[in-house]
Amino acid sequence: MVDFTFTEDQEMLRAAFREFIEAEIAPHAAKWDADDYCPVELWPKMGEVGMLGIFVPEELGGAGLGHIERVMVIEEIARHSAGLAIAVFTHHLCMGAILDGASEDQKKKYMPSLCDGSKICGLAVTEPGGGSDYMGQKTTGVKDGEGWIVNGRKCFITNGGPADITVCTAVTGQDDRGRNQLSCFIFEKEDEGFGPGRKEHKMGLRGSWTGDVIMDEVRLSADRLMGAEGKGAGVGMKAIGEIGRASMSAIACGIIRGCIEESVKFANERVLYGKPISKIQAIQFHIAEMRMWYEASRLLTYRAASLKDKGQPAITEFAMAKGFSVDMSVKASQNAIELMGGYGVMNEYPVERFHRDALASISSGGTTEIQKLIIAGDTLRAFTA
Amino acid sequence: MNIGVLVKPVPDPEQYNSITIDPETKRLNRSGVPTIVNPSDKCAVEAALKLKEKFGGKIVIFTMAPPDGREKLMEVLAMGADEAVLVSDREFGGADTLATSYTLVKAVEKKSAESESFDLILSGNESADGATGHVPAQVGEMLGFNHLSAIVQIVAEGEGRPDSLTVFQKIENGKNEFEIKLPAVIGVTRDINKPRYTSAMGVIKAKKKPFDTYDCEALSPDKSRIGIEGSPTKAGAIFTPDTGRKSEELSGSPEEIAEELVKRIKAIGVTINSGGGCRE
Repeated sequence: MVDFTFTEDQEMLRAAFREFIEAEIAPHAAKWDADDYCPVELWPKMGEVGMLGIFVPEELGGAGLGHIERVMVIEEIARHSAGLAIAVFTHHLCMGAILDGASEDQKKKYMPSLCDGSKICGLAVTEPGGGSDYMGQKTTGVKDGEGWIVNGRKCFITNGGPADITVCTAVTGQDDRGRNQLSCFIFEKEDEGFGPGRKEHKMGLRGSWTGDVIMDEVRLSADRLMGAEGKGAGVGMKAIGEIGRASMSAIACGIIRGCIEESVKFANERVLYGKPISKIQAIQFHIAEMRMWYEASRLLTYRAASLKDKGQPAITEFAMAKGFSVDMSVKASQNAIELMGGYGVMNEYPVERFHRDALASISSGGTTEIQKLIIAGDTLRAFTA
Repeated sequence: MNIGVLVKPVPDPEQYNSITIDPETKRLNRSGVPTIVNPSDKCAVEAALKLKEKFGGKIVIFTMAPPDGREKLMEVLAMGADEAVLVSDREFGGADTLATSYTLVKAVEKKSAESESFDLILSGNESADGATGHVPAQVGEMLGFNHLSAIVQIVAEGEGRPDSLTVFQKIENGKNEFEIKLPAVIGVTRDINKPRYTSAMGVIKAKKKPFDTYDCEALSPDKSRIGIEGSPTKAGAIFTPDTGRKSEELSGSPEEIAEELVKRIKAIGVTINSGGGCRE
């Protein structure tokens, strides 16, 4: 039999994180969105309660739990602030890449401070040419004696401004067939020639810093190469495919849940023709749809996370979860706006923010079309009679 | 310094509209209503954790509750307490504050006999549901310990296990300062601190901590002092007061109604200024 219940520990964790989030995040979410401010001062607090290092082994400063618990953290944050949720998951994304591709010395050097929140990190892969043309990157890493010189520009990089540690991909050579070979490098904020460029102004997911990261003749010592030379493509792609898409799915689940909670509250309080509008069937249909979309999105998301925790391949499952749940979050937030009528588009209520957040989530981690390509590729292989 | 903390699961205040009163037994029907750890009890746990950080020792949590009270004890263990005792038996059901205090005292005494005695018993000053504030004083009297309630600050000075604590008690226009000799029972208010958040590591460790369940047989209490039988408090009549407002409909032309309104407003002592606005 399939068991779809969370363990007692997981429920306790959710309750504990919810208490923290409702006190430290929910009351400020609207202001962070309005000011497009990333609350970096929260990192040490989130580190203290274990939200940052939740999936990191204990010996590296984490809680030693898995991706189900990590997804839970992101969903709970996104119930109130999808903007902060994407900043936290980008922190996880970089940590996941380090766990996957870095040497033991590099892990020991960087992971404890990323778990306790004394440092912020990010992963810089996307370039102006487009995130989906992953192997066509223009950033270069050229050998310079024992070390490297890196030049390039990354764009749409979450945490690019506040990050103390950034893992970037760069082209370091070509294979026999002339195809690019990528390597991963670890950059520190103080590295000369390295730093944030232009900050973007997004329609949604505000409250997270997104913009350019510039590498201008950055000289790195040999110990900043993460993993083997020319083997960085897989590290970056795995982090995006599993941690990134899992997190975007979790953000979508959080947005849908937020929409349901706001809609139920509004429908019970708003009185029309002498009774709450929750008694009106048309309103109930809106709520019922949102609930179906939430449950289905959650099942896909947590199932994919459970596969990853079991060490099984989950790229296709995360692509399905991401593509479906983000589409559903767009629909759910539109439902919530329609349900609330004129109030739905006023920033006095959070649902207009949820709708902007849902729309802004479409491209992060790959558009729905990219997810469909992944799903179709797997389906054409797996369903061959 | 060994500290016992008395903790009570109470209905979540956000769900108070789901609570009903049984008209026969006059008891609250809390079934199906989610519970939380009584907020001031959580402050008592935080105060205990701070004292332990300074003086060492251990913290044991006691709660008298149905079996599902275990969940709330796990939450407090996850905050950092060392051990928990769930006092649970159908025979304890229906207890008022006196019977509850007696039962908790029996549990504290049993735990003391099994390991080390307690230097301090902390609890919230009152529960969010009953709000009597009886338990800290009753427990203090029954244990033969010094006791104080409404404490908003505990000053922990010096090194090693203290013989006494300096505490501040909230009064209407300020604070009373006391030095209380240990062992003691102290009831703290929510002003004393902000309880720490539960961490992921705390949750992971909670399940591995010692957890005892004491039933009636384990405590061997005087049965005339527990449950309904041991509860001298008897609820009187329960009724919903009439909160409707007296109303009267005035009839006549708009001018006549306005004139009558002005007359009546003046009759209750309100002067109407020609420049607008009212004054009494």
